[in-house]
Amino acid sequence: MTVSPALDERFRAAAAAANLLDVAFDVIDDTPIGPLLVGVTDHGVCRISFDPDSEHHLDQLARQFGPRVLRSSKPVERVRRELDEYFEGRREHFDVEPDIRGLPAYNQKVLAELARVEYGRTTTYGTLAALTGNPRAARAVGTVMNRNPIPIVLPCHRVVGASGSLTGYAGGLHRKEQLLRLEGALL
Amino acid sequence: MIPPFETFYEAHRDEIYRFLDRRLGRDRVDDAFQETFLRALRAYPRLNHGDHLRAWVFTIASRIVVDDVRRRRPTAELPELVTEDGRPAYEDLASLTEDLPPKQRAAVVLRYGYDLDYEEIGAALGSTEQAARQAASAGVRRLRKEHT
Repeated sequence: MTVSPALDERFRAAAAAANLLDVAFDVIDDTPIGPLLVGVTDHGVCRISFDPDSEHHLDQLARQFGPRVLRSSKPVERVRRELDEYFEGRREHFDVEPDIRGLPAYNQKVLAELARVEYGRTTTYGTLAALTGNPRAARAVGTVMNRNPIPIVLPCHRVVGASGSLTGYAGGLHRKEQLLRLEGALL
Repeated sequence: MIPPFETFYEAHRDEIYRFLDRRLGRDRVDDAFQETFLRALRAYPRLNHGDHLRAWVFTIASRIVVDDVRRRRPTAELPELVTEDGRPAYEDLASLTEDLPPKQRAAVVLRYGYDLDYEEIGAALGSTEQAARQAASAGVRRLRKEHT
């Protein structure tokens, strides 16, 4: 005898409604770039991952935000809706706040600057490096992009090499290309 | 290191459900199940380590069973669960058994504080009925020695 899906969902919803979670997460299965794992806190969206297998995310999230990490769909709904609108081309800016508490100060600074890169535009690693205080730190900026915990909302896909080449993307270059095409930044 | 709640919940939800179903029956199991894990969630950030989580959540579930049964029946039917001043027996046992090894302590509290049978205690502690019986009796022997 096992817990019925209805009871399971009821508990997960009650846990979120009682405000008892450090992180609520869910997997959004049906996006044009494949399934996404999305995590949210009281402060906003804290994780988007192209790898929907939750196992190894859970430990990371627990370490960063606290151990009460639970799958619960309701709290994730708002992000899900904004992502849907983005993928349908009806949204150019995310209203949900990125929650990057707990990251190293330098990463926070670079990601805050990244957040200002507008829809449909691209910038370079070197430009972001210059804007955050050290024009020669392009490689360090690349590392921060590679570890961006909230891709799409924090648009690291809009950062390209100085020559205009796409360079790299933690979610795979094909996804970077797909996002830039969606935004009209690539033909 | 305390595991993420999701991991803990997935590992124990089915056996807790079965335990509550046996004790309370189909009508009350759902509410008791939700209350067990909500209580666990409230207490979770205060845990110091991730050992004995299974016994811990069974203790919470047992307490909910006791509360539920007491609410529904006159307390006179459960004399062994309540001490003379009206405090539940498990509160007295908690301080009394503080110095016992963890397994013996859990077995004693679950047996005499929550009135679980040895099969259930074995399940709660991740061992057998026989081992639960031995742990409880070793615990009681030790308490007798310490308190006489």
